[in-house]
Amino acid sequence: MEKTYTVSVFTENSIGMMNRVTIVFTRRHLNIDSITASESEVPGVFRYTIVLRTTRQQVDKVVGQLEKVIDVIKAFVHEENDIVHQEVALYKIRTETLTNGDVEKVIREHHARVLTVDPQFMVIEKTGHVEETQLLFEKLRPYGVLEFARSGRVAVTKPMKELSTYLEEI
Amino acid sequence: MTTTKTTGAQAVMKSLVAEQVDTIFGYPGGAIMPIYDALYDYEDAVKHILVRHEQGATHAAQGYARTSGKTGVVFATSGPGATNLITGLADAMIDSTPLVCITGQVDSKLLGTDAFQETDVVGISMPITKWNTQVTKAEDIPAAIAKAFYIAKSGRPGPVLIDITKDAQFGEMEFQYEKCTTIRSYRPKPKLNSALVEEAATLINGAKKPYLLIGQGIMLSNAEQELLNFVEKSGIPVASTLLGLGAFPNHHLLYAGYLGMHGDYAANVKTNECDVLIAIGMRFDDRVTGDVSRYAKQAKVIHVDIDASELNKIINADVGVHSDAKEALTLLTELVQEKKHTAWLQEFRDLKKVEVETLQKSTDESFSDEIKMEEVIKMLSEITKGEAVVVTDVGQHQMLTARYYEYNKTKSNITSGGLGTMGFALPAAIGAKFGAPEKTVVAIIGDGGFQMTLQELGTILQSEVDIKIIILNNRFLGMVRQWQQMFFEKRYSFTNMVSPNFIALAQAYSISAKKVEAREELKENLLKMLHHNGPYLLEVMVAKEENVFPMICTGASVSEVRLN
Repeated sequence: MEKTYTVSVFTENSIGMMNRVTIVFTRRHLNIDSITASESEVPGVFRYTIVLRTTRQQVDKVVGQLEKVIDVIKAFVHEENDIVHQEVALYKIRTETLTNGDVEKVIREHHARVLTVDPQFMVIEKTGHVEETQLLFEKLRPYGVLEFARSGRVAVTKPMKELSTYLEEI
Repeated sequence: MTTTKTTGAQAVMKSLVAEQVDTIFGYPGGAIMPIYDALYDYEDAVKHILVRHEQGATHAAQGYARTSGKTGVVFATSGPGATNLITGLADAMIDSTPLVCITGQVDSKLLGTDAFQETDVVGISMPITKWNTQVTKAEDIPAAIAKAFYIAKSGRPGPVLIDITKDAQFGEMEFQYEKCTTIRSYRPKPKLNSALVEEAATLINGAKKPYLLIGQGIMLSNAEQELLNFVEKSGIPVASTLLGLGAFPNHHLLYAGYLGMHGDYAANVKTNECDVLIAIGMRFDDRVTGDVSRYAKQAKVIHVDIDASELNKIINADVGVHSDAKEALTLLTELVQEKKHTAWLQEFRDLKKVEVETLQKSTDESFSDEIKMEEVIKMLSEITKGEAVVVTDVGQHQMLTARYYEYNKTKSNITSGGLGTMGFALPAAIGAKFGAPEKTVVAIIGDGGFQMTLQELGTILQSEVDIKIIILNNRFLGMVRQWQQMFFEKRYSFTNMVSPNFIALAQAYSISAKKVEAREELKENLLKMLHHNGPYLLEVMVAKEENVFPMICTGASVSEVRLN
């Protein structure tokens, strides 16, 4: 059965690493829904958070093959309940739409915040799960969203040994 | 450690010498010229074999690695030189062969500009190398090479590529070499979980019909003796994958045969009758398993592999042991009881009899006048006592050689298994000879595959390589033709093959050659070839439309292996 899985990959910081990670998915014809990469709590070790829909069997095999990549330190697969995750979305709308009192209400209701206000445009930020950032987008759309950008998922796990402990072990 | 001022190109050579490299297969070109210039000073220490195409260099390095147990080394230039390595890299990757390929690259300032002979070989080769890297500074060369050799040879071996820009080759640095012995993110040697081995031993000790499948992992971990000890103590019949042939002497009473699509009848059928299936250093390739949903369902499966991702990849293991074959076998041998499975072994022999009789009958009826491929192979096997290094290409002759050559020596079977690369055999045989100069090396090739890399006859000429080449000429791309006959209503779409005069061709390269068309001339000419001092090409005209049986058709189960 297909489900949403989050894969965490810890890697060395080498050129082409993103490519090395993603081709393992490409080879199995798996589409990545979102991917983020940044330095982890361990200096020099990068953390990739990859979200995709597939079967448990497939994702387990992908993780096995990811771990074969020389510069991959460790890879894990998580189900939705195993992690706390978040995404950030930015919405650019015309400042003049604020004169419509409904926009303020939408911002309040969604606990979004205004990052900047320019005479022409303003930028609103909302962090949350994809459904939440999407909902805000739908609510703002009638007022005209000039730009909308959403990050991939970042996630930390509920039941996992800290990577630094793992690194000390090896 | 002493340090000396040296160029990047010289550092390449010094690093290779530090890794005890004695043979390099390669082809020069613009972007690798500084390295070739440095190589010129190492003529005494390092043998460089000039191939005729870079693909040939990779296959030669594979042949060298497979017979010598060492890492094969390849030099090629940027652009087309580098892209010509791709088939060999893919072949080495899927067949776990350790290679270090060094490619020249355009100046680092030109990277990404579509410079002359620039190609992103690191990007292209990423999925088909165990590791690759690009070096743009001279001082990074020794560490990259040290890492490359460590990665190529350790754990499950594989090909590695280092792309070195021309400015890095010219640059100066203080040379210092330190062998690589550890990489934080890479653990090639798993820690053996002895509890799992105990679990495996319990299953084996309780088994009535245990069956052992071995692969190339046995040879890669040098576990031939440990395998023999285990098998002789436990009395378990052993079957081999294509690449595992040679790891266990085929004349041994416990040898049960060759596995897979064109494997032995008993070896396949018994997979679905055993109660405990032990797989060591093999990866359940689809050509071995047939329909996986009907593969060994009745058996408890024990799988030992050094590559954790192979466990449960195709076949779920009841006991999956992530381990080096040698280590696991040593412990397993201590724990298993001494047994003789006489009745179970007799079942294999009974099926063998059925196979021999059925095949004999069907081939006799259809091709009485023409020479059959297996006749040549059987005769070669007898004459060489199963002790030659046999290099095969891909197709019918390959499957028949796997079935009928009696491999009695380890590292004596060189073939392209996973990738099925036609054109592999001729260059691989050249490399195999350099890897095992004291051995007789025989390449068995079809008329199709031979024409894919026949330019390497020039390498044989120039480097005086003493290999024996047998072309089994059936004037067809035989394996594809067999499938067309069986599954495509005999629509022989582009499988008939017109060949040049191979004898004249060989002679043009000063290679002695002979064509055999009649059965009665076969033996004397095989002997003549084997006794000939220097390279020799023997073309044997064989039956045009011979089919290889047994055969497990696509989608069929191993127990449905067909004899005709």
